[in-house]
Order: sequence, then C-alpha cells, then structure tokens
Amino acid sequence: MWQRLSTYLYLRPKLILALLLLPPLLWFLVVYIGALLTMLVNSFFYLDGFTGQVVRQFTLSTYAKLLIPTNLQIFFRTAAMALAVTVASVIVAFPLSYYMARFASPRMKTFLYLAVTLPLWSSYVVRVYSWKLILAQEGIVSWFAHLIHLDGLLSWYLSSPILGGPSLSVSITGVFLVFLYIWLPYMILPIQTALERVPKSLIEASSDLGASPAQTFRNVILPLAFPGVIAGSIFTFSLTLGDFIVPSLFGNSSFFIGKAVLTYQGTSGNIPLAAAFTMGPIVIMIVYLLIARKLGAFDAL
Amino acid sequence: MLFKKISQPSSDQASLFLKLSAAGTILFLNIPLMLIFLYAFTTDEAGYSFPPPGLTLKWIPRALENPDLQSALFLTLKVATLATVLALILGTLAASAVYRFNFFGKETISFMLILPLALPGIVTGIAIRSAISLTGIPFSFWTIVIGHATFCVVVVYNNVLARFRRSSNSMIEASMDLGANSFQTFWKIIFPNIATALLAGGILAFSLSFDEVIVTTFTAGLQQTLPIWIYSQMLKPRNRPITNVAAMLVVLITMIPILYAQRITAETSDTEGETK
Repeated sequence: MWQRLSTYLYLRPKLILALLLLPPLLWFLVVYIGALLTMLVNSFFYLDGFTGQVVRQFTLSTYAKLLIPTNLQIFFRTAAMALAVTVASVIVAFPLSYYMARFASPRMKTFLYLAVTLPLWSSYVVRVYSWKLILAQEGIVSWFAHLIHLDGLLSWYLSSPILGGPSLSVSITGVFLVFLYIWLPYMILPIQTALERVPKSLIEASSDLGASPAQTFRNVILPLAFPGVIAGSIFTFSLTLGDFIVPSLFGNSSFFIGKAVLTYQGTSGNIPLAAAFTMGPIVIMIVYLLIARKLGAFDAL
Repeated sequence: MLFKKISQPSSDQASLFLKLSAAGTILFLNIPLMLIFLYAFTTDEAGYSFPPPGLTLKWIPRALENPDLQSALFLTLKVATLATVLALILGTLAASAVYRFNFFGKETISFMLILPLALPGIVTGIAIRSAISLTGIPFSFWTIVIGHATFCVVVVYNNVLARFRRSSNSMIEASMDLGANSFQTFWKIIFPNIATALLAGGILAFSLSFDEVIVTTFTAGLQQTLPIWIYSQMLKPRNRPITNVAAMLVVLITMIPILYAQRITAETSDTEGETK
C-alpha cells in the first residue's frame, strides 16, 4: 500500500509540492500576511473621540494625525536613535569581526564565536535587566567612576540637557547603550561572515600591486565587507525601530515609536492610530530590505 | 559556514589596537551576563549596589517556591514547546518544497518567512493583535503560541534548507534505484541526514520563543510568561531578589541548550542559526 502511494505521489510531483507547500503557505498567508493586511485596513479607520469606538469607515484622518509635530518628532527621534545605534555598532563590531575573520586561530575563533553568540542567544529580557543593574545609581558604572575619580565627569555628563538625566538608567544615553549592547552581535556575525569570504590571495595581490595596508583595507576589504554591514544593519535598525521595552525601562518621558504604539493600542484603545503608526517602520524596513537584497546582503546572513 | 576555516596561518599579525578593541568588545558583551550570576546571590534587597554588600544562597529556594514565578515558568515552557513543534513541521515542509521544486514565487518564500523576524517585533505584535481582535478569538495560551510559531519557522527553515543544500542528491537517488519507496527513503536517508539540523533549529526556535517579550505583550491575555513577568518587575520592582534569581534561571535555561546546539552544528559544520 505504501509502495503504491509512493509511486502515485512520485508520478505527481505537483501534488507533492502542494502537500509540502500548502501548510506553511496557508499559515503565513492567514496568520501573518492576513494580519498585516488587517492592520493596514485598520489604519484607514478612525476612533470616534466621543464614543471611544473604532468607526469602520474609510478615512485618511488617522494618517493626518501622524503629521502633527509631536508625532513627527517621535518618528524622527526613533529613526535617529536607530541610526545612531546602527553606526555605533558598525564601529564597535568591525575590529572584533576583522580579528575573528583574519587573525584568530581556529581554536580562538571558536571561543570568540561562542563569546559573541552566547549573549545573543541568552534571554533578551535578562540582558536588558542586567543593564538595570549596571546603570543604576548605586550600580557598577557609578562605582567604577568613583574608583577612578571621575564621578565629577559622570555627574557633569548627566546634568547635560538632552543626553543626561537623573541617572544613567533614566536617560537617552542609557537607552542608546542598552540598544548597542543588545543588538551588537547581530552586527558582528554578518560582518565576520563577509570578511571571511575575502580570499587571502586578493589581499596579497593588492599588496603585491603596491597598495599600502591602509589602501588595501579601504579599497579591497571594506567594499567586500559592505554586504555584511548592510545585513547587520537590517537587524540593528529594524530591531531598534520596533522596540518599546528599552525606552520604557531606561528612557525619560520622551516617546519612541514602539512606546507610542503600545500606549495608543493599550491605554486608549486607538487601534487605527497604532496601526497607522506602525506603517512607518514597515515602509522603512521593506524599502531597506529590498535595497539590501539588491546589494546582495542576504548572502551574508 | 562561519566555521569554514582559512587553513593557512596568517602571515601578518594583528596590531595591538585591533587585539585590544576585540578584547574590549568581548568583555562588553559578556560582563553584563556575569553580573546576572553575581546579583542572584547578593544580600542587597532594596537596590542594585555594586559591589554587593554580601553573598547569600537564601534567595534561590525562595524564588523556586514563589507561585507567580512557577506558573510563569510552566506557561513559558508550554508555549515554547508547542511553538517549536509547529515551527519544526512548517519549517521543514517549506524547506523541502523550496529545495526540491521550482515554482512561481519561490524566491518570495524565504522573504516571507523572514519577515516576522526582520520587521520590528512591534509590527508583528500589533498586526496579529488587530487580526485576532477582529476575529473575536479571546487572547489566551493559544494566541501566544500562534504568534511565537510564526516567527520561529524561519530558524528551522534556514537550518534545514542549508543542510539540504549541503547534502548530495545521489544518496536519495541510490536509495530509490535500489528499490526503496519515497517513504522508506525519507525515513532511512533524508531524516537521519537532517536530524541534527532539526535538533539545532528546534533548540534555536525554543529559546527564541522562551525569551520573547515584544510580540507576547500583544498576543497574551492576562497570562504572564516568564519574560513578561521579569519585564513587569523591572517596571515596578516589587521583589528584586526573586527577580535576580529568575533572571539567572532564564539565562541557564536558554544557554545550556544553545551551547548544545552550537556543538552539534559545529560538528556538521553548519551554523545557520544566527539569523535571529
């Protein structure tokens, strides 16, 4: 019986394809794509201010609300933070990735690889939590600053108007540091993968042809590492755009997109506005992903 | 992939600056985790003072007896197990289809599968929430599982597809030539071949689900998973010592399987898990 079923299926590859593809496809179309579309539709509805009910009628007024200065500021602030985190993580990640790809012995590389992936795969919430411990007023940063007699500098920094705050754990700087810490491995690994693919002969050829190490770095290594940087930035940028945990735990009262969405959706039940808000990061990310695919970043994942 | 070795020794040495900054980054990544282990034993009940005024073991039994923590832990384990099973099935099916067949829109499949992870978590969260509230299904254990399974599929898919691409087709052809039918070939050739990829993908999916908090915030009703419990404790600290221990517990539960997954993928030289 199995034999006959096997033969039956073997002769009908289209049927096998359908059997294989249908469950995941249906799941994603219904649960995910369907959900995204629902959200899109929702963003064209509006919340009646008097009744507090969502009115299911096509309108662009919800999108118009996005354009008021406070909300534009939220978009701008979030994008600026995402950009800052992305740039900083490229700078911090590059030396380590470069060392891993070019100089580390195989054993060393295994060790470093573990040291990068362990934080990545240990719990997100716990890693955020650890920074609560670190940045607290009585925590390790203050202790260390005191130890090297820099408490003056720390309190001077904290008293600065935009970046400072009552303590590091309630400031924009805190938000930035935690984001950088959390997403850094996502930048290290793709850059390292990309660098590892640079054939050694290419570097030798470059120096044979008279390039200085700096020139080789700029003209050979950096361009080849670029897809890795793009791949990493997809993660750092997108994850920062959509995160509400870190700003709500470390930030001052200023809103980020994630926090705004949560507030509109949660406390005021304004799903249309929350949905419209979410379209911002979606559009940004889809454009970003398409460009990244063009640049060949998916090969470096 | 990451372990593909450059066999010849590097002729030039890394500069001191490069070594120091690499070491600094490694410390930056790992010191916070070590602090989690330290603070689980601190005697400081009211703050996060460093260095800890003293060390004690008493919080560990107290945390394990805490009913809130217990129920959160069990809920999280249940959700992660179910989400992993779903992800294993869906991910393997999708990977087999993409590997074996050419069809219209094939390129879009990976794109679609990675979307729930590549798009900001809040998008996935609010999208699933607005869809669920539209259907009128109450937010429950099952809505959490649906959300989690959706973003776990891609890690299984990536692992299995990478394994397929690395293994040669001739084994399968040989098996069929020698008279085995498709099912026998699957059980005796294909399944053993992808078993470790499934295991690694499953472990990654499990830990992904185990510590997810953003999507869960939107898809959970009144239930609290462990990460959500920790998050709520961070917003309004009520029981710091217990939270410290819970944090350590979560690190242990996610880290040990990951180390194991790391080992089995390293042996077969594929590490496709890093696309969280």
